[in-house]
Amino acid sequence: MPESDAVNVLVPTPLRSFTGGEGRVVVPGGTVAEVFDALEARYPGIGERLRDDSGQIRRFVNVFVNGRNVREIDGAATTLSPGDELGIIPAMAGGTPA
Amino acid sequence: MTEAPPSESRFSLPDDMRQAIIAHARRDAPRECCGIIAGRAGLPVRLHPTTNIAEGNALYEIDPAELIDLEFHTMPAQETELVAIYHSHPVSPAVPSATDIALAFWPDAVYIICSLADSEQPVVRGFHIRDGAVSEVDLTS
Ligand SMILES: [Zn+2]
Repeated sequence: MPESDAVNVLVPTPLRSFTGGEGRVVVPGGTVAEVFDALEARYPGIGERLRDDSGQIRRFVNVFVNGRNVREIDGAATTLSPGDELGIIPAMAGGTPA
Repeated sequence: MTEAPPSESRFSLPDDMRQAIIAHARRDAPRECCGIIAGRAGLPVRLHPTTNIAEGNALYEIDPAELIDLEFHTMPAQETELVAIYHSHPVSPAVPSATDIALAFWPDAVYIICSLADSEQPVVRGFHIRDGAVSEVDLTS
């Protein structure tokens, strides 16, 4: 049943173990944080991979809404419209000791 | 005679891709270069160089906007998936650093490192990095 505030979430391969292999799921939410709450409710354990203890998006997880990095908007408080596409991507990063 | 089963500890890296990684590493030195390899069934199909957005010369972070595009648009459209992530070590050996290990969020990928520590003899090696554990993946051509 379609929900009025449903957004499309793009799930990256490392997190598809939580979604039963699904790369695209639809959940309700008026903000990024609400979408993360809805994801956690449906796929227990996924929320901890997305947010730190203070509720902020993890430093090495990037979230894009309609192609824009939400860090450049309002982070987890970024508001969403029905039908928005929310993409989640863990970092590919590293470093060499100085 | 039966073929050897595909081994998790082996990754077939075509020579043109190996050369492309070395060329990218040289081009971006002293900064670290980075990119991904898309493939099918664990076999490489296409190398995608990416932008390193990290500051300084001792870090890499693939531009997440490029990753979003690759993971959700380009690779699905080409019916490929991520098989490897590469980056360079301009002055250190081709082994994962503590930071490389701490920031390895893609357990299914082969992490390829190209060292230019000996500029005449670049070294390219592959690893799985899973939950903090590193195991070498032999790169065969
Ligand atoms: Zn490294």
